Amino acid sequence: MNTKQFKLFTMSSVLVLALLGISQIAGADDEIQMIFKAGDLSLQKWLLADKPPVPKHNYPSHERIELGKKLFFDPRISRDGNMSCATCHSPMFGWGDGLPLGVGYKGKILGRASPVVTNTAYNSIQMWDGRKRDLEDQATGPMEASVEMNTDMHAITKLFSNSGYKKLFDKAYPGEKVGPATAAKAIASFEWTILSNDSPFDNWVRGDETAMTKQQINGFKLFVDSDKGNCSVCHSAPNFTDNGFHNVGLKAYGEKNPDMGRYVQKPIRVLKGAFKTPTLRDITLSAPYFHNGEASTLMQVMDHYNKGGVTKKDLSPNIKEIKLDKQESEDIVAFMQALTTPPVPFDLPILPLD
Amino acid sequence: MKYMNILIALSLFLFSNTGFAEEHTVGQKNKAFSVKQIKIKKGDVIHFENQDPFFHNVYSLSDSTTFDLGSFPKGESKSVTFNTPGTIPVECAIHPNMYMEVIVE
Ligand code: HEC
Ligand code: HEC
Ligand SMILES: [Cu+2]
Repeated sequence: MNTKQFKLFTMSSVLVLALLGISQIAGADDEIQMIFKAGDLSLQKWLLADKPPVPKHNYPSHERIELGKKLFFDPRISRDGNMSCATCHSPMFGWGDGLPLGVGYKGKILGRASPVVTNTAYNSIQMWDGRKRDLEDQATGPMEASVEMNTDMHAITKLFSNSGYKKLFDKAYPGEKVGPATAAKAIASFEWTILSNDSPFDNWVRGDETAMTKQQINGFKLFVDSDKGNCSVCHSAPNFTDNGFHNVGLKAYGEKNPDMGRYVQKPIRVLKGAFKTPTLRDITLSAPYFHNGEASTLMQVMDHYNKGGVTKKDLSPNIKEIKLDKQESEDIVAFMQALTTPPVPFDLPILPLD
Repeated sequence: MKYMNILIALSLFLFSNTGFAEEHTVGQKNKAFSVKQIKIKKGDVIHFENQDPFFHNVYSLSDSTTFDLGSFPKGESKSVTFNTPGTIPVECAIHPNMYMEVIVE
């Protein structure tokens, strides 16, 4: 080999090595190798559809969405006339309430945190323990719950028959009985519009190279790498949830009489202390974290996973000590920050008075 | 003649035992069972095999056949013998969208 040949040889081997170096990490969620390049085909599964699936028996028409929006923000639905759905699911707190645990009727502290309603219409199961199938089914729950809105069903049927609401109900659901069940359907139509699907991450997946920083791209790699973060095993594409239930080893599960979560609904051993995997979209808008708010920051969430959870009893077999270093943990946090769709101003509705 | 009797008795015994139990394999891949429905004979065995790089569970809380196979990782399988005829819903508790039916004839 002369020097020229040798140079060529080294150059080509560097090229080959560089090509191999386009880190192809086997995604934890399937075997297709992901290529971490803006717009790459292998990443497209992370994009959400523009709109969630349309519910079969409740088409979200404009009239229904508008009615549902008013109902969602109307505190008169609660017995004391002071609490709307938006009290606990507020656009000011990324459609959550910014509290570790929800606060219900007469200031009673609830057992669990108010989850965000963002992107719930993309999900196939509702509530931390999955006890509700869909949003139509869900919405009467908080009204009926004595610890939440504690609604007087007789009184709200009266409220809905004031001339303003009556007109809106008749337009949205012609021929259907005005009452809590119809109201629940309208609220579900409104929730169908509360979406986060246009984050810097989405733009990067669509092909904008500048949408994410180098650190955020690295964070994404670590997030899906089964030997590193292993996060996408549960926070899977495209809504960062597997619609599944896991015990992630929260501190609270080690206390006396812990919340058994999904196990109460389905008495199967793997479900002891298991809760639904929440979406991570818009995650920067909804601290504190976990179903009891026991982590205040995303870095604390990383500390939790680095240790493989605090309480090891009944721990999900998918949780292990991932032991990432500080830099790697910060990279994953930076990546999660890229999952927030920049909020746009939100117009509050004017409510019908009579 | 004596032999003949034994042979007849033996074959009667074998055939009355509903012949031979068949074995079937159902995979768990991409958070779904590889079949939505499977028809089997009474006494047949199904091996549930996890082909995903994370844990799955398999259980049924049906009246006739109740079982909970716990959770197991990729490459492992667990088996159930179905002895009661009927339609038996089988699910993964971790991922409730994973649902299939075993029809035992
Ligand atoms: C007092 C606070 C409070 C009020 C008021 C309230 N919620 Fe909730 N909401 C919660 C809590 C807490 C949960 C979780 C409970 C659980 O999983 O056990 C929840 C869960 C939900 C979920 C499920 C989200 C998911 O990701 O699983 C939806 C949807 C929802 N609420 C919508 C509504 C609607 C619609 C109203 C008004 C009719 C309402 N909420 C009123 C606190 C509240
Ligand atoms: C075994 C499945 C599983 C794995 C692996 C997993 N998570 Fe989670 N994650 C969950 C579940 C379930 C919850 C809710 C737990 C609860 O509150 O009891 C959750 C909660 C969270 C929350 C809080 C969300 C909220 O709205 O409160 C964040 C943030 C989070 N996970 C990030 C991550 C990151 C980052 C990784 C990887 C380092 C990861 N998760 C790995 C299942 C998982
Ligand atoms: Cu499963």
